[in-house]
Amino acid sequence: MSFRAQTLLWLAQRASAAVLGVCVLVHLATMIYAVRGGLTAAEILSRTQGSAAWLAFYSLFVLAIVVHVPIGLRAVLGEWLAWRSPSRDWVLVLISSAIGFMGMRAVLGVYS
Amino acid sequence: METLNVSVWRGNADGAFQTYDVPRHASQTVLDVVTHIQRVLDPTLAYRFACRVGMCGSCAMTINGVARWTCRTHIDKAVRNGNQIEIGPLRNLPVIRDLVTDMREFFDKWAKAKGQFEGGRTRRDDFARVAPDSTDRKMVDAGIECIGCGVCYSSCDVVAWNPDYLGPAALNRAWTLIKDERDIKSIERLRAVAGDAGCHSCHTHMSCTEHCPKQLSPTAGIAGLKRAISLAVLRGTL
Repeated sequence: MSFRAQTLLWLAQRASAAVLGVCVLVHLATMIYAVRGGLTAAEILSRTQGSAAWLAFYSLFVLAIVVHVPIGLRAVLGEWLAWRSPSRDWVLVLISSAIGFMGMRAVLGVYS
Repeated sequence: METLNVSVWRGNADGAFQTYDVPRHASQTVLDVVTHIQRVLDPTLAYRFACRVGMCGSCAMTINGVARWTCRTHIDKAVRNGNQIEIGPLRNLPVIRDLVTDMREFFDKWAKAKGQFEGGRTRRDDFARVAPDSTDRKMVDAGIECIGCGVCYSSCDVVAWNPDYLGPAALNRAWTLIKDERDIKSIERLRAVAGDAGCHSCHTHMSCTEHCPKQLSPTAGIAGLKRAISLAVLRGTL
């Protein structure tokens, strides 16, 4: 991988971290607000079903995770397991794809 | 007379600590202790030093688990439990024997980071006039006093985890040259210090800054490199 690509990965991780910082705060604040009167599936669905705003918010959340997790994991695998061959990047693409698939499945599940 | 209980690493990487009793004196440095062992107790002890006044950068060792320059480290600040001190070779470098490490890898990485100054003027040109209070010159001043002792390299966890990582000293050197307005190799140097083996692997643990005996901050220089490289990549100039 070229140094340009490595630099872009570094930038993408910082940018996605900034997005995640906001997303996590909104998510936690919503949770604290939502559980005040007890937590039920019906209450959650009443808030999320058909809501384009929540769909957009959680889609952005999933996208930021899809970008952030593999880049961080790439460093962990390189430093802790000395796994630095190109196979590491292909495996991370698979892991990232799986996270994206499961994440969007959940987001669409509470939207529709 | 009060004595120090000193454990000293003997042998190469497979060696072990050996204990010596050394007389304690006022104003005694760790280097004084090592010198006493070699001259009085055990002449086979190998260690490295030169100037004894904190200029040459050759006497760094691991003192009670912390990399330090031994010539300027007072025993009173280094002992634990009143009179115990453990002296080993620098971490992250191959041990040749006893307290002597092979520094080749450390300095080879300075070369890989393009740590050589390359000016664009000839002897027929006038002197470059660099304003001492310019922003770039102040940044150079903040990092230029490195003595190449290897304490930062030995303290860095990323060096331990990633053998290709250039390390804090080489990156600090690259940063001082990039901020040197007389140097003409900035682009090549930024390319040399970018990516997984360069500044982008730094986790900002700041062990280098914590332990640098010259109170430099390689972390700040590395952060500067990250910014400079990111901007250059985004602008397409790298």
